[in-house]
Amino acid sequence: MTAAAPFRWREPSILPGFGLALGITLTALSLIVLIPLAALFLKAASAGPADIWAVATSPRTLAALKLSFFGALIAALVNAVFGLILAWVLVRYEFPGRRLIDAAVDLPFALPTAVAGISLAAIYAPNGIVGSLFAPFDIRIAYTPLGVMVALIFIGLPFVVRTVQPVLEELQSDVEEAAALLGASRARTLLKVVLPPILPALLTGFVLAFARAVGEYGSVIFIAGNVPMVSEIAPLLIVIRLEQFDYAGAAVVATMMLIIAFALILSVNLIQAHARRRFGDV
Amino acid sequence: MSDAALPVAAAAPVRRSSARGESLGVRIALIALSLLFLLLFLLLPLAAVFVEAAGKGWEAYRAAITEPDAQAAIRLTLLVAGIAVPFNIVVGIAAAWAIAKFEFRGKNLLISLIDLPFSVSPVISGLVFVLLFGAQGYFGPWLQAHDIKIVFALPGLILATVFVTFPFVARELIPHMQSLGTADEEAALTLGASPWRVFFWVTLPNVKWSLFYGVLLCNARAMGEFGAVAVVSGKIRGLTNTMPLHIEILYNEYMGAAAFAVASLLAGLALITLALKTFLEWRFGDEIAASRKH
Repeated sequence: MTAAAPFRWREPSILPGFGLALGITLTALSLIVLIPLAALFLKAASAGPADIWAVATSPRTLAALKLSFFGALIAALVNAVFGLILAWVLVRYEFPGRRLIDAAVDLPFALPTAVAGISLAAIYAPNGIVGSLFAPFDIRIAYTPLGVMVALIFIGLPFVVRTVQPVLEELQSDVEEAAALLGASRARTLLKVVLPPILPALLTGFVLAFARAVGEYGSVIFIAGNVPMVSEIAPLLIVIRLEQFDYAGAAVVATMMLIIAFALILSVNLIQAHARRRFGDV
Repeated sequence: MSDAALPVAAAAPVRRSSARGESLGVRIALIALSLLFLLLFLLLPLAAVFVEAAGKGWEAYRAAITEPDAQAAIRLTLLVAGIAVPFNIVVGIAAAWAIAKFEFRGKNLLISLIDLPFSVSPVISGLVFVLLFGAQGYFGPWLQAHDIKIVFALPGLILATVFVTFPFVARELIPHMQSLGTADEEAALTLGASPWRVFFWVTLPNVKWSLFYGVLLCNARAMGEFGAVAVVSGKIRGLTNTMPLHIEILYNEYMGAAAFAVASLLAGLALITLALKTFLEWRFGDEIAASRKH
């Protein structure tokens, strides 16, 4: 702050407006995001240990959290596999309609979740265009946990494709040629030469898709059926608690969701940092 | 070493085509698999919106989007986005200016905090405002005593929407402004331009396309947000129902065709957003390249 102190909050600059810009940012951030989130933790804590324990360990809460987290995990895994294939196809192959397909991948970013929700429910219902294909085999998709996963796959897809795609584009093909010249099979080249450098990006896309899916609400509730203990996701349970004016119960479930999600994201980021050290910055 | 390598090199031209790329069969299979996946999860849902909307004919479609409750929902959606988006533009530009043009401690923490709303469930984004301003919330009694309504009213809808869309503008602007550096602004200042003149004549024109890109995504999310506004709206017809909430009510009342009719308007907005987004990425790809990573 002063010339005498070696410690400085910021490097000197002749540009103006630092105070104003940072002031606006911190004020808005505090009022809109930080204070409201703090109120959530405060409310959850105010419930008292016995009540928190009762809400947190009630079978309905555990079932909802399990569905949200495992549903998101499976959806993110499906997206990791198909997102990788899709990114590969979009970067490496030429085929008619490629640009259109490339643009369509971002649809879940742009399409409102409620619109996606009612549309997915219509398609995957037993009398829907896709659901009717599975109905003869006695497989129901809509109004079951499978339906939840369909919605979560929908909203998570662009995250994997859009994180992997730029890395694939920058990948030099000379290392692949070198591997091929040295006698490696194509499969071995892909596994040992192409996959390692895109792994961190794939993991990032996986985490982003997972994080989005855990909290997803709009696209899920229409297709889920919302049967307590079976197809009721955690965000819906929060809404139900709130509609019963059980503010503390809602806050406890919400806090559990946030803590588990942040812990998972943090641990994957640590693995990520390890992977980056090993394979270089991607 | 070199002796062993030679035969491989000599054999290489023969194997090369199959070893460098996949065989035609594999290519076709992968493309077909990708298209099938996209068809099932993206294209069919999009097409279904318009097919279902048209299901009961043009008159029913027109009636569904012109009835008073639908019109009120459309106006409310435009109003909420019309306030939330400009707010986020101002804050986003301020955040980008502070973060991209200056070096200070805690910058990475600040960036993480700005991105925080992305990893919070939309339902929780609405819940926090009910806990603060709801009837049993921290400020509930005070607000009631002063006859101010925030939750189940317009201010709550705006707050929840601003929370959810908070990071959009900032995260597009920050990487672009960082890549531009500060030389242009320093030159303008040295030549005697006033700070605001530097901002409006130098900085803003430089980043206009990445700003537009961020605003586009911010607006799409603001108009389409469901979970966060569902919690704070109270769903009073004609008063606090935005378009997505109106769709939910119609759908739950088994008025599917009407729900899809209103949904088709939002799907149209999504298509326009995608078209503009694709155009911006194609035309100004260098300026918004960083944004392709999320």
